[in-house]
Amino acid sequence: MRLTLRVWRQPDADTPGAMVTYAVDGISEDMSFLEMLDTLNEELILKGDEPVAFDHDCREGICGACGVVINGDAHGPERTTTCQLHMRHFEDGDTIDVEPWRAGAFPVVKDLVVDRSSFDRIIGAGGYITAPTGSAPEAHATPVPKPDADFAFEHAECIGCGACVAACPNGSAMLFTSAKVNHLNVLPQGAPERETRVLDMVAAMDEEGFGGCTLTGECATACPKGIPLPSITAMNREWLRATRKVAR
Amino acid sequence: MALATRGTDQRPSMTRTLWGSTIGKKTVMAVSGLIMLGYLVAHMLGNLKIFFGAPEFNGYAHWLRTLGEPVLHHEWALWILRVVLVAAVVLHAVCAYQLSRRDRAARPVGYAHKRARATYATRTMRWGGVILALFIVWHILDLTTGTAHPGGFQPGHPYQNVVDTFSTWYGNVVYIVAMLALGLHILHGFWSAAQTLGVGGAARERALRTSAAVLAFALTAGFISIPVAVMTGVVG
Repeated sequence: MRLTLRVWRQPDADTPGAMVTYAVDGISEDMSFLEMLDTLNEELILKGDEPVAFDHDCREGICGACGVVINGDAHGPERTTTCQLHMRHFEDGDTIDVEPWRAGAFPVVKDLVVDRSSFDRIIGAGGYITAPTGSAPEAHATPVPKPDADFAFEHAECIGCGACVAACPNGSAMLFTSAKVNHLNVLPQGAPERETRVLDMVAAMDEEGFGGCTLTGECATACPKGIPLPSITAMNREWLRATRKVAR
Repeated sequence: MALATRGTDQRPSMTRTLWGSTIGKKTVMAVSGLIMLGYLVAHMLGNLKIFFGAPEFNGYAHWLRTLGEPVLHHEWALWILRVVLVAAVVLHAVCAYQLSRRDRAARPVGYAHKRARATYATRTMRWGGVILALFIVWHILDLTTGTAHPGGFQPGHPYQNVVDTFSTWYGNVVYIVAMLALGLHILHGFWSAAQTLGVGGAARERALRTSAAVLAFALTAGFISIPVAVMTGVVG
């Protein structure tokens, strides 16, 4: 396959960037999108140019490190992570636009790499339990109803990649925050901090400068782990409940 | 050992929590929106009385002023309603403005590769809201105060006033465009309010979507039926 790539190049956070056009040849349709970028970088290095910086780690779709906006879609046209997106979903001769996640709370570090530590600070505000867990408990000690376990697991699937923020027209982090809140709030282990968790995590989310939710549904469409849109509804319910219970 | 959480024991008041949070502001928008929606249902049903002739329609308008008597003074019920509605409109608009400003600021650098995001009804919420706000101003100046009324405005004769307004081309255009914007606004707004208030979810998804569509269609069709009736001579 022969492709034309238009890639966002930005040397560092303080220097303005621009879309730069590259031609890449010899791309196999079995390559992943990241392998295609690796091919481009090998050529750039051989020519003595600066390679395109992008985040990646496990390359098997479970770590959440990779993620770029491909032709306006977070993680590209398929519902998966960028590392699991294969070149067979593109046509020979295509022009592909590759951009970093765009959000004020995700400042560009270099090229396609953004700083997502705002997500870490949201987690730090309440995405944990305070109960000492020790070693693995006896399985029957704390029964969890099956629907609750399923609900918690569905939300625990969130890998914190940030595609929801990148896809949202408002740059909102509601889907991410709701996945983390719902995951722990439904379980008995997360019950002691049920109210403070949702209030503090939502406050941290707002403090980071993410936008508000207008329920466009773009986040859930982009999410590679299929966190559903009603997660946001569930978090709204938890937040209103906590506001009634805790606030003076 | 318990980890320190951020100020667990010192919580701001409920009003501060609501007003200081994006979810809180959306809650204010959901509740004020539902108040306005409830009013619109009653308003639309009342308007349909125009199809039963001038005496019934004018009589209904007069009855609205006597509503609540003798407990309330003449027109007091109407003024209470007006105060509630103005509060709802102002709160709804202020929250929408503040949240929109925040949403714009959340993406300082846009994407080079542009594509349409979300449904048409969702994308037009902001401009649709502005259109509706401007419409309300015109609508009050036209048919409540009579300031912008075509021809001689006759207080106490709403039947004739309505016929006068819808006998002008611009009256029809402004009204019909605004009612189409209203339908789109409700289509996304009603469902969205349910999600914000936490009453939505997978199980109720279909019921809420259907209710939003039925409300949007019924209100738009009900309101538009009146200019259409005047234009076709059914009312006049």
